[in-house]
Amino acid sequence: MTVPPRIAGADRSPPPANTATDPAEISAQRLLLTPSEIARVVDRIAHQILERTADSSSPPILLGIPTRGSVLAVRLAQRLEVFSGAPPICGSLDITLYRDDLRHKAPRALEETSMPVGGIEAATVILVDDVLFSGRTVRAALDALREYGRPSVVQLAVLVDRGHRQLPIRADYVGKNIPTAAGDSVDVRFTETDGYDAVELKRAP
Amino acid sequence: MPRHLLSAGDLTRESALHILDTTERIGQAIAGREVRKLPTLRGRTVVNLFYEDSTRTRLSFEAAAKRLSADVINFSAKGSSVSKGESLKDTAWTLQAIGADAIVCRHSSSGAPHQLSGWVDGHVINAGDGTHEHPTQALIDAFTVRKHLGDVEGKRIVIVGDVIHSRVARSNVLLLSTLGAQVTLVAPPTLLPKGIESWPVTVDYDFDRALAGVDAVMMLRVQRERMGDAFFPTTREYSRQYGLDDRRRALIANHGIVMHPGPMVRGMEISPSVADGPGSVIVEQVANGVIVRMAVLYLLLSART
Repeated sequence: MTVPPRIAGADRSPPPANTATDPAEISAQRLLLTPSEIARVVDRIAHQILERTADSSSPPILLGIPTRGSVLAVRLAQRLEVFSGAPPICGSLDITLYRDDLRHKAPRALEETSMPVGGIEAATVILVDDVLFSGRTVRAALDALREYGRPSVVQLAVLVDRGHRQLPIRADYVGKNIPTAAGDSVDVRFTETDGYDAVELKRAP
Repeated sequence: MPRHLLSAGDLTRESALHILDTTERIGQAIAGREVRKLPTLRGRTVVNLFYEDSTRTRLSFEAAAKRLSADVINFSAKGSSVSKGESLKDTAWTLQAIGADAIVCRHSSSGAPHQLSGWVDGHVINAGDGTHEHPTQALIDAFTVRKHLGDVEGKRIVIVGDVIHSRVARSNVLLLSTLGAQVTLVAPPTLLPKGIESWPVTVDYDFDRALAGVDAVMMLRVQRERMGDAFFPTTREYSRQYGLDDRRRALIANHGIVMHPGPMVRGMEISPSVADGPGSVIVEQVANGVIVRMAVLYLLLSART
C-alpha cells in the first residue's frame, strides 16, 4: 500500500525565482548545487539505498520531514521505483511538536504527517531531510517515530550535510558535504515548493 | 495570535484559520496512534480555574493539556478558599506564585477572565464567563463545520434558542462572521439580547422559514438556571415553535449538519431521533473539543518566553 505522494506546502504559490536584486546580496549567495547536480545526487542516494536495503524482505519506508524533506522523499521514491521496479512506501512526519526549542522561538506552523497505512512496525524506515545541521530535528524525529511503532532499522538520508552537530547523529546517505560557518545559511530550493531547484549558501555578514 | 484567548472577537480571520489549521495537523499527528501523547508542553503548568460547574469543558481542557504533557492543576471554587471569602485577585496571586503558565478560567461573572489576565503573567483562556463568551467552543464549532462542509466561508448557519443567556451563541456569531459565514439567529423575542441589531447577523422568529436549505443548524441549551422570570409560556409551546424534530430536520440542505454544544435537553430543544440521527455531529463536537484546545494551548504556550 503506497501513500500517495502529497507534498506538504506544495499548494502554496511558489515565489519568483531568485528574488535577490541587491548586488551585494547576490554576491553573498553561492550556488552549491545546480538542478542537474541535484538530480544526479538524488539518483546516487537512490542507488545507495537499493544496495544497502537489498537484503531486507520488505521495501523501505521513506519518511520525509516537512517541508522540503517530504519533497526529497517523493523524488527519491520516484527514482527508486524506476531503478528497482517496485514502488517504495512513502510518508511524511512533522516533528514540530517534538522539538526541544519551542520556548525559544515564535510558534511554528504545523505541517502534514501521513503515516503508511500498514504502519512502521518492524520495517526499515529511512528518514529524509534536506539539510543536516545541529541534529536536533533528527533527534525530534526519532522521538516522534517511537510513538508510531518500533521499526527494525532507522536510517537517515539528507541532501546536504553542513556540519556543526550538537548531538551524536550522523547520516547514512549524504548527497553532498558542505563545510560552512555556524552563522551561514544553506537553503535548499525545490520546484515543488519554491519554483526552482537549487542549493544556495548564504554567508554570514 | 493574541496573548490571551478571551473573546472570539479578538481573533482575526488569519489567526482563527491558523488555529483551525493547527487543530487539523494535531488531529493528523495523533490519529491512529497507540500513544496519544505529545511531549510538546513538558514542564509547563496549566491551571483549570473553575468557579462554575462544568464537566465537559473541564475534562476537555484537562485531556488537552495532559496529551501535550503539561502538568494540570484543577481548581474548583467549591470546597476551596473561595468559600472562605478569598477574592479572585488573591487567587490570581496564588496562581502567579505557583508559576502557572496558562490559566483556563470559567466564571459566572462576565469579564472575570479579562480581569484575571491583568493580574497574572501566564496566558489566560476564557472557558466561559457568565453570559459573555466561550471562544474555544466557537472554535470547535467552526472546526466541525469546516470538517463536514469543507469551508466556513459562504455557508448558511442557523443558531436557535436561548441567545440572550448563551455565551456559545455570542462567540459563534463573532467567529463565524469573521470567517465569512451567513448567520441567522432564531429565537422568541424574549430570548434575544438588547442591541442585537448591531450584531453581524439576521434575525428570524419563524424557525421553518429560516431553516430552508441551510448548511448547518446549531441548537442552544435553554439555560433555566439563569432564568429568573418566565421567558416563554410553556415548555411545550417552546418545543413546538423552536424545537428541532424530524419534520424540521428535513427542511435543511441534504448535506446539512445538526449541532448542539451540550448538554442537550432531549425532547424539548431537540428530538432524540434528530440528536442521534444522520447528519448529527454532536458527539463529534466533543471529540473535536480536545484537539482544538490542544491547538490553542500549543499556540499560546509554545511562543517565545
